Amino acid sequence: MAGDMKKVAYYPGCALEGTGHAYNRSTKEVGKALGLDLVELKNWNCCGAMEVKNIDPQVQTYLSARNLSIAHDMGFDKVMAPCNGCYHNLKKAEYDLKNNAHAVEVNERISKKAGHKTYEPGQVETIHALDWIKNAVGEEELSRRVKHSLKGMKIANYYGCMYTRPRHIFPEKDKGPGSESTAKPHFMDDLLAAAGAENVDFPLKTACCGGAHSLSDSDTSTKLVLNILETAEACGAEVIATECPTCHTGLEMHQVRAEKVLGRKTNVKILYFTQLLGMALGLSARRVGVQENMSDPSDLLRAKGLG
Amino acid sequence: MPIHEKSLIRPENLVVHDNLVIDGVDVSGHWSTFITSRAVTDYNEAMQDEIAALPGGENIHRCWQCGSCTNACTVNAVNPDFNPRYWIYLIRMGMEDELLRDKDIIWQCVSCNKCTYACPRDVVPEGVMKATAHWLELKGHTEKSPSTHFDEGFTEQILASGKIEEGRTLRTFFKRTGQPLNQPWLVALVGGLVKRFPVFYLMRLGLAGVFRPRTWGWSRTGRAIEDYIHEREAANRAALGLGKGGR
Repeated sequence: MAGDMKKVAYYPGCALEGTGHAYNRSTKEVGKALGLDLVELKNWNCCGAMEVKNIDPQVQTYLSARNLSIAHDMGFDKVMAPCNGCYHNLKKAEYDLKNNAHAVEVNERISKKAGHKTYEPGQVETIHALDWIKNAVGEEELSRRVKHSLKGMKIANYYGCMYTRPRHIFPEKDKGPGSESTAKPHFMDDLLAAAGAENVDFPLKTACCGGAHSLSDSDTSTKLVLNILETAEACGAEVIATECPTCHTGLEMHQVRAEKVLGRKTNVKILYFTQLLGMALGLSARRVGVQENMSDPSDLLRAKGLG
Repeated sequence: MPIHEKSLIRPENLVVHDNLVIDGVDVSGHWSTFITSRAVTDYNEAMQDEIAALPGGENIHRCWQCGSCTNACTVNAVNPDFNPRYWIYLIRMGMEDELLRDKDIIWQCVSCNKCTYACPRDVVPEGVMKATAHWLELKGHTEKSPSTHFDEGFTEQILASGKIEEGRTLRTFFKRTGQPLNQPWLVALVGGLVKRFPVFYLMRLGLAGVFRPRTWGWSRTGRAIEDYIHEREAANRAALGLGKGGR
């Protein structure tokens, strides 16, 4: 992951303009506070999320390739996507366009009909918000800039599915010291520890929240989420830190649903890692969009003297 | 011999005789439960090829039945009947009747890709589950699943505007699956938000109703994608020996 990460193209995606708006806001605010530059992709489109691939996988590849071609046209060789779904789909498109002749042919055909340049693999590298902060700033610099330490706040780091699976679309991961691990990811742990948090040993870092069927099979999703929430509590966590709007909304939504439908109440708070970093960097809870979260973490934040 | 793991055998295949004497030995009763031997005569020889012809099913022939997929499966942990290895076995053998017993749960795969991560043969079981669910619907074995309703509503929105507005996705889905919007948990969720920050949320709600997010100049792109989807739908139906027919 060479090159300058201080200024990268930014692909927020649909969720970050809707239910995940707090993630959008806090990512931008953290970037500003750390002196990093984000330039939003012009006229981007939905990446297809987890739905379009079930209609046809090549359409999903095309949708992501169109966004990558915009980044290339704007002169960027890196695009940062904070949403795991977007990040995963751009990575998957990159992999398929390198390895699947059918995907290449369909992408060319639709791009031509739509009237824009066809994206060629290798032109733009997709990175996650975690890669971005970790590589552009790093833990040492980050801990120097912390104004309000998280004071040992006990955090369970939850990465979900799409940040690490399937392994083959993330060729830069599992490359030994310094690289991200697909079995035990740690980039978020590293950043939050630098901000003064105490990461609990959490076995469900890459468990599934059932996000793909959050509404279409909500009973299964509620069970999966409840397991994550109760395990985090059993591990001693006060907060679950998230880095995906689908996971985040899924955890919040099914926390309420588990209480209403199954009568199982959990108290663990759910915050985006960018919200936690932002508050550690001295930003107010309002600036990082805590009021936009569905669950209310204000009593914990008050107790920690944050926000 | 007594059977210790009766849960592994389907109840209709367990046989207990009230009065049975073999070679002068009384083998009546519960202690000598028998299992009916399985005789399959009507194999569906086309099933594997048909599922392999649908997107995601391409690699099904690579499976060597190690069971890593089921072992890693998120949904299997919640529902032991959800068993990708077993279904892949049935499809490869052509045992359609046995597969159809589970037809109403196969669509529940959550696409977490733990199976794909664990599979030593690159079968992509996640894709096979989607292809199988799709096959069941195309063949008329099942109604459109809630997941398919969701995927279709979602994709239609992208074709129309290039972007997704989640409120609209939710409303379309609930409408198509005949669910009311006033479910207690949803009411509690929205009510809690509005109580905490009334002005902020009422403004957001109002704005979302007026301005639909869209990608500028999308119509040509949307049409190009739609053409391709129609082409694929026709190809999928042809591969299954079905005539034309819309969604």
